[in-house]
Amino acid sequence: MSAVTRTNLASVPSRPRVTARTRRQWTYGFLFLSPWIIGFFAFQLLPILFTVFLSFTDYSASSEFKLGNFNFVGLDNYRQFAIDPLALPSMGVTLKFALIGIPLGLIVPLLLAVLVNSRRLLASSLFRTLFYLPSVIPVVAGTIIFGGVMNAQSGWLNLSLQALGITDPPRWFTDPTWAGFALNLLAIWSVGNAMIILLASLQGVPTELYEAATVDGAGPITQFFYITVPMISPVIFYNITIGIILAFQFFVPALLIGGTNGDPQASLLFFPMVFYREAFVFSRMGYASVLAIVIFVVTMLATGLLFYFGQRLVYYASGETS
Amino acid sequence: MATSSVSHGSSTTPIYRRFLPILREGLSMIGVTGLGLLALLIFLLPLGYVLATAFKLDSQMTTVGAPLWPAAPSTYNYEGEEYPLYNVPNEDGSTRRLALVHPFRENSDMVDPAKPEEGVFNVKGRWRTWDAIYKFSPNWKNFTDAWDQVNFPRLFRNSLVLAGVGTIGTLISCILVAYGFTRFQLPGKNILFVILVSTIVLPPQATIIPLYILFNKLGWTGTWLPLLVPAFFANAYDVFLLRQYFMSIPKELDEAAMLDGANPLRILVSIIIPQSIPAITAVTIFHFFFVWNQYFEPLVYLLGKEKLYPVSVGIGQFVTTFSTYPGRSAATAVLAMALPAVMFFLAQRQFMQGIVVTGVEK
Repeated sequence: MSAVTRTNLASVPSRPRVTARTRRQWTYGFLFLSPWIIGFFAFQLLPILFTVFLSFTDYSASSEFKLGNFNFVGLDNYRQFAIDPLALPSMGVTLKFALIGIPLGLIVPLLLAVLVNSRRLLASSLFRTLFYLPSVIPVVAGTIIFGGVMNAQSGWLNLSLQALGITDPPRWFTDPTWAGFALNLLAIWSVGNAMIILLASLQGVPTELYEAATVDGAGPITQFFYITVPMISPVIFYNITIGIILAFQFFVPALLIGGTNGDPQASLLFFPMVFYREAFVFSRMGYASVLAIVIFVVTMLATGLLFYFGQRLVYYASGETS
Repeated sequence: MATSSVSHGSSTTPIYRRFLPILREGLSMIGVTGLGLLALLIFLLPLGYVLATAFKLDSQMTTVGAPLWPAAPSTYNYEGEEYPLYNVPNEDGSTRRLALVHPFRENSDMVDPAKPEEGVFNVKGRWRTWDAIYKFSPNWKNFTDAWDQVNFPRLFRNSLVLAGVGTIGTLISCILVAYGFTRFQLPGKNILFVILVSTIVLPPQATIIPLYILFNKLGWTGTWLPLLVPAFFANAYDVFLLRQYFMSIPKELDEAAMLDGANPLRILVSIIIPQSIPAITAVTIFHFFFVWNQYFEPLVYLLGKEKLYPVSVGIGQFVTTFSTYPGRSAATAVLAMALPAVMFFLAQRQFMQGIVVTGVEK
């Protein structure tokens, strides 16, 4: 110890204490980070690698996992995926859900945020609370509620539509054409988080920008698209990212309403549901691992593409990184 | 436009001109608020539906002409008997409130509640075409039915234990990790933080098969351990929220404490945590909602162990029984969402601030 101190003293006088302090910092710092680092390896990184490993085996969960209970099958599971009569259509169901849900999941909360941000709205905090309320309703309860309110005969939605003069409203959850869209509406019901985040970013836009634009004669619509949208673009970007992630994982309400077959007529057979069936109904862990990898890769590709193209379109205030 | 803004406030303008901007402002206020109310009406329609359905008998839903709100037919007591009330049309198109004492096909014996001393008289017309009069009458039968059919005390207890233990684990681990990320100079800290934040993108499907095999090997499937233990290893959302909050606490305080010889853990407990109560409250509520909402993981790990089911899995069966027992299903949904809704109303400020921190500042 003293030898080290002396050599260091010889080079730079103040360094030994800094080194000891730094070492202490490292020890404590990594000790504090250790729960997450251990958890990351044990519950995230190693399981992903293991999923890749399993995708080359024919392991079935009906037997204990040990050598001898499974065979390496090379790319067989991947070949099976290519000819699976359910996998591709179910990807279509998920894609359709995402293509409708992601834009809706941005536009509806943005409109609500603009509304509750308006100084012309009386009791705006009450509005904000009530618009948020559906977001705290558990997904199972929400599914029960939408199963009822969108019931073809007794549901209030169709009664309202009929009162508005639409004589033949869709039969929602019993009609394969409309069942997926009905779940889009269920998902839209809990836009509270997105609304609150967008509201906070709307409030962060400097008012001088609007004042200057008003002086220049810009109307509210022009101001919205030329000032508001660029200024809140990082948050819009964040919401789209979260929207993509959630859309590709979505299946629980579909499971509750349509069962593992995705009724009616497989119109609610979302891609993660096919994964759930293979893994936990049929216990085909090897093949299910391929489906898990597909979900993982598609999510990564979609967010990766979004980051690649999106970053250029997003405005970041000067001095702010990331 | 130009003239009104120039002449605004000058004494030569007529008096109504000065009120014009105020009037315009008032009108637009009414317009925007009206628009808000319309949007809110659409948004809360499902809630109104589930509350109304939970409090009305299923027979009311199939009765033609029955109102949408929970109701029972209004009756009139005449000489010790209850008779249903109807709006009976007169010849001139107006209607009278009459009690139906004895229905026949083409005419009926009625009594007028306003003039009972006149006794029973006969009215022409088919009583089935008359509108029955209803009164507001919430019915608790659906709740007692649901309570009898599902072991709600057990479901609530299970969810509360899962939420309680899970929240303790989440708080301990996430506070430690967030503290590690804010107050220590570490090599590769920024890379680690980027990895942490990017785990938000990770779909649960990518890890659940190996985790299921692992927990099965450990003998943990069919117990709560797969749901509880990971909570003790921190998660990206809550670490991020706490880290942002910790960064806003001035460093001078912990440096002073450090000079007094306090070790980092002591600084965390006596300086950082007492100043972070709003963020800690937010994490507590987030985890509670997370557990209350969780469906996929409990379903996978607890399959068949009904005694261990949380509320979400326990009431899943009611989704498909809606068409046959709408009232009971609705009552179940109301019971399942009551606690989160109350918690939200009590702590909405911390809750919404927490959402803003994780969303805007990322």
